[in-house]
Amino acid sequence: MRRAWIVVWKDVLSERRSKESLNALVFFSILLLFVFQFALGPERARVEAALPGLLWLGFILSGLLAFGRTFLVERENDCWEGLVLTPGDKSAIYVGKLAGNVLLMAVVEAVLLVLFAVFFGLDFTGVLPGLSLVLALGTLGLASVGTLFGAITAQMRARELLLPVLLLPAVVPILLGSVSATQTVLLGQPLAEAAAWLKLLAAADVVYLVVGLLTFEFVLEG
Amino acid sequence: MRERAASPAFDLMVQAEHLRKTYGPTPVLDGVSLELGAGQGLTLLGPNGTGKTTLLRILATLLRPTSGSLRIAGADALKEPEAVRGAIDMVGHGSWVYEDLSAMENLRFWSIMGGHDAAQTRLHTALEEVELDTVADQRARTFSAGMKRRLALARVLLGRARLLLLDEPFTGLDRAGRKWLGEFLMSFKARGGALIVATHSFDAGVGVADRVAILAGGRIVLDRPAAELGPDDLRRLYDELAMGPETAS
Repeated sequence: MRRAWIVVWKDVLSERRSKESLNALVFFSILLLFVFQFALGPERARVEAALPGLLWLGFILSGLLAFGRTFLVERENDCWEGLVLTPGDKSAIYVGKLAGNVLLMAVVEAVLLVLFAVFFGLDFTGVLPGLSLVLALGTLGLASVGTLFGAITAQMRARELLLPVLLLPAVVPILLGSVSATQTVLLGQPLAEAAAWLKLLAAADVVYLVVGLLTFEFVLEG
Repeated sequence: MRERAASPAFDLMVQAEHLRKTYGPTPVLDGVSLELGAGQGLTLLGPNGTGKTTLLRILATLLRPTSGSLRIAGADALKEPEAVRGAIDMVGHGSWVYEDLSAMENLRFWSIMGGHDAAQTRLHTALEEVELDTVADQRARTFSAGMKRRLALARVLLGRARLLLLDEPFTGLDRAGRKWLGEFLMSFKARGGALIVATHSFDAGVGVADRVAILAGGRIVLDRPAAELGPDDLRRLYDELAMGPETAS
């Protein structure tokens, strides 16, 4: 636990100082919003119909940028070798990296929600508790797979190309569950209506998390 | 573990036999065998591309050899790399330094990752020993290559490594830096640590060595006590064995 915590501390501190990922992600989010605005026009009904898909499209595209960078910092000055040589359970490194990615995604999601509210004149306050639950489950699943695939592709030359090619098919269950549950929540229906999707999300989270914990050591060793 | 420390096998820190590493059909290492005891230093010399870094990475358990056997501190490092990693530290081409963390924060990170005590006073003492205490709170991004190497050595001080592997540690250091590093490595040996230094720097490398080995074409072509080799002998043998007869003449 202490080793997982120090990985999160190191990543958050580095990001707070360099702001490399956060600046890029916020700028990217604003660009996405402009594209959506142009594509959908001012008609409110069209925006509301497309909103769940657009939200998760924004989250996953931002996530792709974030996950791709997670392990690149470890390649600088051969820090990766240091992590391999640290004695003990390597899954602590995975947990630390995953927590860092979840935190970063949470910030980007909050920014995107505010931007959506401002750009499209939407009010999320009434659905925030339900939406938070869906976002938490979806983000955990995305980040679990994204952290693992970020580690795999960090060692490859064509990593920018390979990460989306590997990640997007793997997160189809997460995207299906997240978009459907978000739609239910945004329509103002009770959360119980989305119970099946939430169960799918929770199950997918558990599967992806366990796979990440069990396989990360082999990925790190290369 | 303490009982084993008394046995002669345990005093043998490195026992490598017939290490071979190939990438495709090309052998990088071709049957390298070497032994190194606790408190001993071995300097590896050799032209570029002869497998020095590959050998160090295999000894560090970062790379698996194609064939051969390797025991570190008495344990089989190929079957149980995790069992020996606590005893190994490495200062390679990269210094394992996070550029956006300060010197103190870098040490705290690696101490906790290594399972060591990360008390502020202990970290500060290590920084004092490598003469970086005055820049403890400065970001590593502002450090020179020599300062980053000192920071890496502060990390070594905090760990429990008994085998230290160094790849080109003298590169980019001025005379004072080389002298300081030489003294640091001698004190590491004096505490019972074993040392393998891969370098192109004859004088500095031999200065910290009990034995000198020359690696050429993936093989160890010379392995002799450093005391038997004068500077001129070593250069002549290096030219003959590693560079080929035309260069030697």
